[in-house]
Amino acid sequence: MTTIASNIPSLYDTLPAQFSTLTAGAQWPEARKEAFDRFQALGGFPTVKVEDWKYTNVIPFFRSLQTLQLPAPIAITEAQLEATGLLLPDVYRIVLLNGELQPQLSELPPAKQATVLKMSEAAAEPAFTAHFNNSQKLAEHHFAQLNTAFFTNGLFIEAKAKAQVEKPLHIIHLYHNTSSLLVNPRHLWVAQEGASIQIIESAAGLDGSGTMVVNSVVEAVTTERSQMSHYQLQTGGGQLRFINQTLVQQRGKSLYNNYTFTLSESELVRNNLNISLDDERTETHLFGFYIATGNQLVDNHTSVDHRMPNCESNELYRGVLMDKATGVFNGKIYVHEDAQKTNAFQQNNNLVISPEANIYTKPQLEIFADDVKCSHGTTIGQVSEEALFYLKARGIGDAMARSMLVKAFAFDITAQVKIPAVRKQVEQLATRYLSAAVNN
Amino acid sequence: MLNIKNLHAAVEGNAILKGINLNVKAGEVHAIMGPNGSGKSSLASVLAGREAYEVTDGSVEFEGKDLLDMSPEVRAREGLFLAFQYPVEIPGVSNINFLKTAVNEIRAYHGQPPMQAKAFLDMLKSKQKLMEFDANLMNRSLNEGFSGGEKKRNDIFQMAMLEPKLAIMDETDSGLDIDALRVVSAGVNKLRSKDNAFIIITHYQRLLEYIVPDFVHVLYNGRIVKSGTKELALELEEKGYDWLKEDIRLEEPVQ
Ligand SMILES: Nc1ncnc2c1ncn2[C@@H]1O[C@H](COP(=O)(O)OP(=O)(O)OP(=O)(O)O)[C@@H](O)[C@H]1O
Ligand SMILES: [Mg+2]
Repeated sequence: MTTIASNIPSLYDTLPAQFSTLTAGAQWPEARKEAFDRFQALGGFPTVKVEDWKYTNVIPFFRSLQTLQLPAPIAITEAQLEATGLLLPDVYRIVLLNGELQPQLSELPPAKQATVLKMSEAAAEPAFTAHFNNSQKLAEHHFAQLNTAFFTNGLFIEAKAKAQVEKPLHIIHLYHNTSSLLVNPRHLWVAQEGASIQIIESAAGLDGSGTMVVNSVVEAVTTERSQMSHYQLQTGGGQLRFINQTLVQQRGKSLYNNYTFTLSESELVRNNLNISLDDERTETHLFGFYIATGNQLVDNHTSVDHRMPNCESNELYRGVLMDKATGVFNGKIYVHEDAQKTNAFQQNNNLVISPEANIYTKPQLEIFADDVKCSHGTTIGQVSEEALFYLKARGIGDAMARSMLVKAFAFDITAQVKIPAVRKQVEQLATRYLSAAVNN
Repeated sequence: MLNIKNLHAAVEGNAILKGINLNVKAGEVHAIMGPNGSGKSSLASVLAGREAYEVTDGSVEFEGKDLLDMSPEVRAREGLFLAFQYPVEIPGVSNINFLKTAVNEIRAYHGQPPMQAKAFLDMLKSKQKLMEFDANLMNRSLNEGFSGGEKKRNDIFQMAMLEPKLAIMDETDSGLDIDALRVVSAGVNKLRSKDNAFIIITHYQRLLEYIVPDFVHVLYNGRIVKSGTKELALELEEKGYDWLKEDIRLEEPVQ
């Protein structure tokens, strides 16, 4: 009989043992130990009784997992990469397998523009020591703690001061498993003073067996006057489930753009995106788009912390929910007492196409400064009957008209994408998922 | 071409059309006038197939077929066109893609293959010229941010592209500037032929000076209460509707 409060018997009970074997001799032992203790103190895997996980029951997804032990690496061929359909032109292609950099398949940017290293090789970098495991919000997230305790590897990226990194870095996360696996990739990205960098993430699962939960953490830091555009293209097949923590700290006059597009077959995608505006005159744009079909659950929890005056944040999330899918959107905006002259905007629009689909959407504004401009809005609806009639009155059939309107709703967001090849890929993926669903 | 018999229609249980009879033959232009709220747009909506309207009595034949039996898209494919009093803005749908889709859906209905890109562009250009339609508006989202007049002109441009048998123009003139009115009217006159017909809903005699109607009807309280030739429009312009209302009140029992 076990004495641990075990909400996931098979996996949770084995965690202490797995922790001692898997992290024996690993780097950053104190951080890992502290995080594991904190994970346990938080109660382990969050149940729906935890407010932030009210609508997203992760327990069933972890119940079937067996191990955190990565399988032996496999050789990836160019053809396999090609087959993902995710390759983009004019990028530095960087391939990771279960979080591990694959140098033979990758092209790194010139060293004078950016440093790209495995996390395991980055410990001596000043930017690493300055920023690693430093985000305040880490402590709040069960899964971030689990990640810190167990993470294997990931990418350290540093855009050098004043460097304009020429082409986008396209990180292709490949995942492979031979049994039901929990994998914990960990990344740290820093844009130094005046630097500008674009990072695109895509994901694909390779043939394997069992399911896989990818519990990843990205810590991103934009220092003074730097710019980072971050595209999270959440693609990937049915055996993958994603829990992402993206923690961003912005310094003075920096710009951070995030595009989180969930276009996958994963049954579970949970994004925690936390932005901390730690200095004045920062600018932040968050664009989200999700399509959920079948039994998918797509959950976006975002927070923007306005700590300092004169910062601007702008958030627009849109989703299309079909079949029996569920969407969750929770957008927190905190405007701290000192953050006068804040501009903070938030919008979440949802198209619920099937009567059996659900959306839970909740804006949460907490404003403690008096001289601010904040607004938020939420819509949940079907395609406009007026618009539908207009299209039909021109001879366009019902299914085609609906699909045009749903696409129009989606493409309003994808039009925000600044890289043409990314926009094209995203629109193709969106079209594929939308037409499959609209036409049945 | 169009034969409306004793048409009654209601919205949310309110009777709006109360027995309309109207016969439109190929080659004819009919004008419908009448005070605000008399049911002109409602008639247009019922003909185009807007779902909110429930037909409670009567029949409509279009080219020998039962119009009321058809879905809105089939009506359009059969050659009925409604230029809206208030065209809808549809962000994210490009004007040009919308038109291409409409043209090809109609072609498919008639068993024709999709139009080649080149042929489509040629047609686009010639109709743009005919209607003096600003080519810059083509690549924008459908009516999004268009001025009132631009929206109306876009609808008429669509009409030119789709070449309907019967076009119903609901207050196309309202919102058009003086030059635009002339341009649009000239375009419509060029589209007129012995094979097609127009129903023009308007409040103003002015449009009817450009597009000269064969018949003018007055719709009042859901019924056509008077029909005549183009001189009737002049008379209405001069006297307003009150004299007609008087006549009707004398004829009808108080409700
Ligand atoms: N959804 C509705 N519910 C109730 N009444 C309606 C509805 N739609 C239209 N009506 C009523 O039907 C009547 C006819 O409206 P309609 O729009 O056809 O008038 P119209 O002759 O086109 O007027 P206008 O000259 O102002 O354009 C009006 O009294 C209007 O209020
Ligand atoms: Mg009207």
